[in-house]
Amino acid sequence: MTIERAVSPAQRALAILGDDLTESTLKRYLDGIPGVDAVGLEQRAAALGTRSIKTTSKAWALDRIIELIDLTTLEGADTPGKVRSLVAKAVLPDPSDLSTPQVAAVCVYGDMVPYAVEALGAAHSAGTDEGINVAAVATAFPSGRASLAVKLADTADAVAAGADEIDMVIDRGAFLSGRYGRVFDEIVAVKEACRRDDGSFAHLKVILETGELNTYDNVRRASWLAILAGGDFIKTSTGKVAPAATLPVTLLMLEVVRDWHRLTGEQIGVKPAGGIRSSKDAIKYVVTVAETVGEEWLQPHLFRFGASSLLNDVLLQRQKMKTGHYSGADYVTID
Amino acid sequence: MSFLEYAPAPESTAILDLKPEYGLFIGGEFVAAGGGSFRTISPATEKQIALIANADDADVDRAVAAARKAYDKTWSKLSGRDRGKYLFRIARLVQERARELAVAESLDNGKPIKESRDVDVPLVAAWFFYYAGWADKLDYAGLGANPRALGVAAQVIPWNFPLLMLAWKIAPALAAGNTVVLKPAETTPLTALLFAEILQQADLPAGVVNIITGAGETGRALVNHPDVNKVAFTGSTAVGREIARSTAGSGKKLTLELGGKAANIVFDDAPIDQAVEGIVNGIFFNQGHVCCAGSRLLVQENIHDDVVERLKSRLSTLRVGDPLDKNTDVGAINSAEQLARIRELSDVGEAEGAERWSPACDLPAEGFWFAPTIFTNVSTSHRIAREEIFGPVLSVLTFRTPAEAIAKANNTPYGLSAGIWSDKGSKILAVADKLRAGVVWANTFNRFDPASPFGGYKESGYGREGGRQGLAAYLKGSK
Amino acid sequence: MSHVAVPKTYKLFVNGAFPRSESGRVYEVTTPKGVFLANAAKASRKDARDAIVAARAAVGGWAGATAYNRGQVLYRVAEVLEGRRAQFEDEIVRLEGVSAGAARAQVDEAIDRWVWYAGWTDKFAQVSGNANPVAGPYFNLSVPEPTGVVAVVAPQDSSLLGLVSAVAPALVAGNTVVVVASEAFPLSAITLAEVLATSDLPKGVVNVLTGSPAEIAPWLASHADVNALDLVGAAELEWIDLEIAAAETLKRVYPPESGPDAAAPSLARITAFTETKTVWHTKSLL
Repeated sequence: MTIERAVSPAQRALAILGDDLTESTLKRYLDGIPGVDAVGLEQRAAALGTRSIKTTSKAWALDRIIELIDLTTLEGADTPGKVRSLVAKAVLPDPSDLSTPQVAAVCVYGDMVPYAVEALGAAHSAGTDEGINVAAVATAFPSGRASLAVKLADTADAVAAGADEIDMVIDRGAFLSGRYGRVFDEIVAVKEACRRDDGSFAHLKVILETGELNTYDNVRRASWLAILAGGDFIKTSTGKVAPAATLPVTLLMLEVVRDWHRLTGEQIGVKPAGGIRSSKDAIKYVVTVAETVGEEWLQPHLFRFGASSLLNDVLLQRQKMKTGHYSGADYVTID
Repeated sequence: MSFLEYAPAPESTAILDLKPEYGLFIGGEFVAAGGGSFRTISPATEKQIALIANADDADVDRAVAAARKAYDKTWSKLSGRDRGKYLFRIARLVQERARELAVAESLDNGKPIKESRDVDVPLVAAWFFYYAGWADKLDYAGLGANPRALGVAAQVIPWNFPLLMLAWKIAPALAAGNTVVLKPAETTPLTALLFAEILQQADLPAGVVNIITGAGETGRALVNHPDVNKVAFTGSTAVGREIARSTAGSGKKLTLELGGKAANIVFDDAPIDQAVEGIVNGIFFNQGHVCCAGSRLLVQENIHDDVVERLKSRLSTLRVGDPLDKNTDVGAINSAEQLARIRELSDVGEAEGAERWSPACDLPAEGFWFAPTIFTNVSTSHRIAREEIFGPVLSVLTFRTPAEAIAKANNTPYGLSAGIWSDKGSKILAVADKLRAGVVWANTFNRFDPASPFGGYKESGYGREGGRQGLAAYLKGSK
Repeated sequence: MSHVAVPKTYKLFVNGAFPRSESGRVYEVTTPKGVFLANAAKASRKDARDAIVAARAAVGGWAGATAYNRGQVLYRVAEVLEGRRAQFEDEIVRLEGVSAGAARAQVDEAIDRWVWYAGWTDKFAQVSGNANPVAGPYFNLSVPEPTGVVAVVAPQDSSLLGLVSAVAPALVAGNTVVVVASEAFPLSAITLAEVLATSDLPKGVVNVLTGSPAEIAPWLASHADVNALDLVGAAELEWIDLEIAAAETLKRVYPPESGPDAAAPSLARITAFTETKTVWHTKSLL
């Protein structure tokens, strides 16, 4: 899905922080955000995880989870063949049940974007609201350790190749050393690099790599920073660093998104990525979204799961619900 | 919320094997009572669960005599090591039958199954484990070498945490070497009687624990019985006061755990989302039927509107309804009487000019229900800011400085608990120092642990339950 | 020329000052043989009320002082007590009719006991408080705190030692005290008050009432601003009624004691007038 509205980079920050947008005003603002009590946050997440979802709700939730998945392959060993296989799965997740919905997007490295676009063919959303998006990780994913020029080229290249969404990583080193302005400027610049020739933008997901930010206070500040700088989505992790997505960290990011919505009326997306492998876990995330920001967020333009193996587990659960008996690994496809 | 709404997830009651009628548990056996019987009902449906025996004075005599005999002949002669092993057995049996106990508790009390399952029953087992280990280490209880048991302990417990309060009473009493006569609350006797069955399975010597059911009269006869050496009571300040009077001069050692009107203080530097959770947990946990409930929210004036707005939106996600549904957050009010009191005080709050708000929620037609309620614009002089409501009703007050927060928090005859929310450690510790309350929760609320002493200042009672202090309440020095 | 002595007027000790009873009443204090020694103030219920107001006002400062500071002040009391020992011995000999040796022994023990309690101020919390290993990510600590205002009926059969034995332990934790002195032996109580007044003890921390315990104690027992009642010297009073009156506001009550071991020094006498406060705080690296 392409974002049509052309948010001028940093416009949000100017609206919130005023015209005097300097590193120090940014730092003051972010440091002034209320703290997070880790124990309380984790307890709330655990409580949300005990919600019991039955029958009709569960069927609804399983289908919706599929529709929210960014089906992902991010390996050094990725090949055009592997990507084509992934795309086939994205288009037809369960050949034994054609009522199975399609995933939201496939997520690949930038150099794989042309293969993904080609494999999707007519199934590619390509700027419409229908079909499957292609998301590309960029900005020297996963470490982000490259010059800005390289990161921007990485981004522009993927957009030019047809990527609908860019999953960028922030400079965690800069963030942890307090150089918020640098992180901010980079997001602004990458956002600019998401601009297509027609003036529209590829959807920008900002990966915070919460496992490296380490503390919840940092995650909260980084979330605000990413939103202020123009991110359309805030995403937990690359999947290459442990811990990747956790329920508390996702809850915290959802709280930021909820607060941003209260403040501005604007809706920002959240993408937990990495480590969500079972339907049971995914349902906990769905419940957490519903109870924190509302069910309205359970749509592909506002919530995504970055996952690879999750899809098959959801398919097994779907089969179980349909047949009344437990399914097995041989009844879902390996891609 | 829609997709969660249309999927009730009720816990099955099939796990329960209840008898239609329960006698008194005296001398290791269930026996008939002289005072007839009464019904215990489910507050969620008003349907009868079982008939319960009503102990009269003669039954109380029998129970105390059984406890005395067990003390003289058996329990006081047993080594601490062996007493401890009985307590360990009980703890294990509680764990084994945890699901059953949780369902019974929610059925009889009206509390959500997720609380009885995740809080009450696990803590019951933990309490017995904790005190089991103390039984052979009494020399370290703080009363010098060779402390002695007191004798027969009369224990009267309330309806808000029926089985947990039983554990708080029985575990330290037995560890210290006392024998027990316990009376559960009139409206919630069920789990105590299931517990009696557990004692039979544990093969606890007859008479060491006796459980007699009945109303206030039975409790009065028990605490005033001349052959009782220790009285432990948890309940209202009014009854606690009556017990303090009636036991005056008797030499009975007394522990009272009474009412409260806890302040939950939220500073403007609080971790705000966790504070909102803590406020919700502080007052809506167990339908607010908690003596240490954070019923007075003291919020710094500059964040009042923000906190109230967040609180209201959070309250809108609370699910009120069937206690046996695993998704229920707020269950049924325990009794018609309690519901009437909550309604009355809430009406008073409105009449006194406070602003009342509840989220939209459909309450079941049968049973006793009260929607979570917030009062804003509350003054310290309002009755809802002073009297214990013991229900899901929060009064919101404001303050401007830490000193004012402390003064307002302490401005009550009660002193059981308090909460502090701030990211500034030095302020938390300083405020905690100044609060006249027995339990202070900083950046958390309503946490309980067998190792952690619990009990009040001022009219919230005296003595502590939990920890080493809770053990010492059942001992005397050897001198 | 022989010196015409200037006898002392024995007044009350309230809020750091030495007022007469507001009632204007006095009673005769005599030797065991009935010889007049002095007129002592006979405190009224209003004097009791004033004493409680003073004690309440003093709680914040005394309880809020560091334990080290309270220990220093209490030790200072012992020093001044030692300096005044001759006066105490003289009063005890005349009032109790005991030998000089017995009086000296009483003063010795009173001073030593005071020192013993002074040393507890910064230790009792370590002995009767504890860290609690709860099953969760929490810092959890239980500490004893002063209960507030303690009303004391002092032992009636002793001039100084009984009084010291009841007052000193209540002060250790930071409580303030309103004490009704021995009715028959009140002189040392007022002399002790003079010691307290010159020992850096903040005003109102100890308030001494002389007169009739039977008359004053019920007002103390029923006063809603008293937190605890030490009935150590109340065995001859209708003390059960006092305990019943104290129940109205759930005061902590320490029962009467008698015999040679009455008010013997113990940690229990300190902790009897404390409240255990348990503080939980979340703990996390994240």
